[in-house]
Amino acid sequence: MDFQDSPEEAEFRAEANAFLSKHLQPKDGNAIRERGDDFLKRAKEWQKIKAEGGFAQITWPKEIGGRGGTPMQQVIWNQEESNFDAPTGPFAIGLGMCVPTVIAFGSDEHKKRFVGPALLGEEIWCQLFSEPSAGSDVAGLKTKAVKDGDEWVINGQKVWTTGAQFSDYGIVLTRTNPDVPKHKGLTMFIVNMKDPGVEVRPIHQASGGREFNEVYFTDVRIPDSDRLGDPGMGWKVALVTLMNERLAVGGSPGPDWKEIMDYARDAGSMGDAAFRQKLADWYVAAQGYKLTKFRTQTALSKGETPGPENSIGKIITANHLQDICNSAIEMQDHYGLISDKDKAPADAIFQQSFMWAPGLRIAGGTDEILKNIIAERVLGLPQDVRVDKDKAFSEM
Amino acid sequence: MNFDFSDDQKFLREEARKFLSAQCTTKEVREVLDDEAMSHHAGVWQKIVEMGWLGAAIPEEYGGLGLGMLEMCVIAEELGRALAPVPFGSSAFFFAEAVKLAGSEEQKKALLPNVAGGSLIGCIGASEGPGAVDAGHVNASFKDGALSGVKVPVTDGDIATHAIVLAKEGSGHSLVIVDLSGDGVTRTALGTIEPTRSHAEIKFENAQAERLGEAGQGLALYEQVLNRAAVLLAFEQLGGASVCLDMANDYAKERVAFGRPIGGNQAIKHKLADMYVKNEVARSNCYYGAWALSTDASELPEAAAAARVAASEAYWFASKENIQTHGGMGFTWEVDCHLYYRRAKLLAVQAGGPAVWKEKLVSALEAKNV
Repeated sequence: MDFQDSPEEAEFRAEANAFLSKHLQPKDGNAIRERGDDFLKRAKEWQKIKAEGGFAQITWPKEIGGRGGTPMQQVIWNQEESNFDAPTGPFAIGLGMCVPTVIAFGSDEHKKRFVGPALLGEEIWCQLFSEPSAGSDVAGLKTKAVKDGDEWVINGQKVWTTGAQFSDYGIVLTRTNPDVPKHKGLTMFIVNMKDPGVEVRPIHQASGGREFNEVYFTDVRIPDSDRLGDPGMGWKVALVTLMNERLAVGGSPGPDWKEIMDYARDAGSMGDAAFRQKLADWYVAAQGYKLTKFRTQTALSKGETPGPENSIGKIITANHLQDICNSAIEMQDHYGLISDKDKAPADAIFQQSFMWAPGLRIAGGTDEILKNIIAERVLGLPQDVRVDKDKAFSEM
Repeated sequence: MNFDFSDDQKFLREEARKFLSAQCTTKEVREVLDDEAMSHHAGVWQKIVEMGWLGAAIPEEYGGLGLGMLEMCVIAEELGRALAPVPFGSSAFFFAEAVKLAGSEEQKKALLPNVAGGSLIGCIGASEGPGAVDAGHVNASFKDGALSGVKVPVTDGDIATHAIVLAKEGSGHSLVIVDLSGDGVTRTALGTIEPTRSHAEIKFENAQAERLGEAGQGLALYEQVLNRAAVLLAFEQLGGASVCLDMANDYAKERVAFGRPIGGNQAIKHKLADMYVKNEVARSNCYYGAWALSTDASELPEAAAAARVAASEAYWFASKENIQTHGGMGFTWEVDCHLYYRRAKLLAVQAGGPAVWKEKLVSALEAKNV
């Protein structure tokens, strides 16, 4: 039992580090960085450098522009890249979820047309699944696609679409047959986000920011050749997209036990016995999350399929973050309301993350859905009652 | 990255599980539970002694198998799964580790082979009454080779042959070893909420004792022994918590109410998912503790504390919610749920409860000035 790299892993880490050092500055502390207007431009430049250096999509086969590397190498790259001031983010959904779906279900022309520009950071993709009436139950979506000659006509609304405002293409899940049960009447398409019938409106989030979008489709015409999978097979295609989502390695966002301990020291609260007990709980949870990832990485390092233990991640981190931020604010008492960065302790990271945390508990699977997934897929418990399972969607 | 047990250690785990599921079922545990005269299960104990596990982490030169702490962690988890009604932890996790840590060459030679061979059953006496053990709560005293005072409760204290006792000496504290068959030792068995492991009050009246480690170092040594034992206890807790989840999961699938298995209801599904999350958090923290213990890492104090806190929470939650999942059946004597509920509490408060370990954890982080 150790935490050392194997010789091959150490060699790859050194190579990754040398590449990163050549192109980027080391990260300056843990502060949440301002993204600013030039962020997208910098991100595109960095993605191109990465791709040309052979470090974009390390596990993809070489034939399609990947490195032909191992999942462990991807983990090592992610770890090393996170130590640098790397403008990452805008490509995660495209390269992590959308483009793998195109590769799995698209034509040779699609692969030739889309994979290269996505890898080089020239084109950004978004994923258009969630709708106002279809969140956790995404198969209940209503956006319609109607066949008209060699084209399909799309009408409807998507919501919580990350990156839609700067995306070039998207994969959109639509209902093509309402007269069969909900999972069986769906079809997936590639959509050009610059089409005049596509309107992107930012969502004003409860946190105050506007990072996500609503996307409206009005008579958007998509050639039948841009269909991914057979008509009615959309749910199966979507599961491939979502399976790729689970392979994406997520970090722990926002302040953790260390940040609140630093604050408590400054504030003279380390003598508070109740606080000390909670601090221990936060440390144990954070270590639990971090070390569980180590167990997953160990399996990857040995070339094995990781066990289900990684499914605990977001349930822990989202609640953990909310709890820490709440405690930090309450420790500051009335003053804890202040979110002005020049007045609030720790540059107001606790107040900022306090307002983000409710969203984190919902995004990418709510706490409740994630617990259902653990119960059903890990523990093998019966599925929830699904009263709409065998009924035509139009009859619901 | 190799944050896992080796294939050999996993093989040992499988072998231990096979052995215990044949030799130490809840039938044996219940024999001890139902018979007040039984302090432990002598038959199971004898077989475990024969397996050599007591000496797994004792070097060969002192009569052990000379494997290591990782192997002992694996064994501890399996003993926890089996609710082994034997004084294994007292003898191997506390007594032997204390002697290995602080004993003179002569003491190691005299004591460790007998621990490994099972003729010496060790225990540790620290508590003297309600509340955490600290300098202010130790009244037993050692002077000129004689120990006086009362230790209560001492886990496995009525079957042990030897005890390590924390006592005052002069202006400080020392650890001392007492042969419990000597004069001036009176033992009284105690009724506890966990009768499958015996407990005693031990009264020392000028009992002959010898110092373990240097005079005045007792509290510091005691802390070091606890850090080592804490990791092993955490594995024992992890084993028990895993069984509780399995039991609750099996029952939730077979018990039908309102026309379907109760495990189809989210109230049960989410409860069991919470159990799973806590158990995995405990497992990951336990592995880190095992790494720190096996490498004598400077991180041992926080790693041991985190393992102990996580495993105590996991076992407490799993054992109480396992009863709840079983409904009325879970509250009967015949169904095994309460055996784990009892053991979970013993293991949580033996060697300091969760609040004590949380405080130690934060102190360790402060000491490192993280």
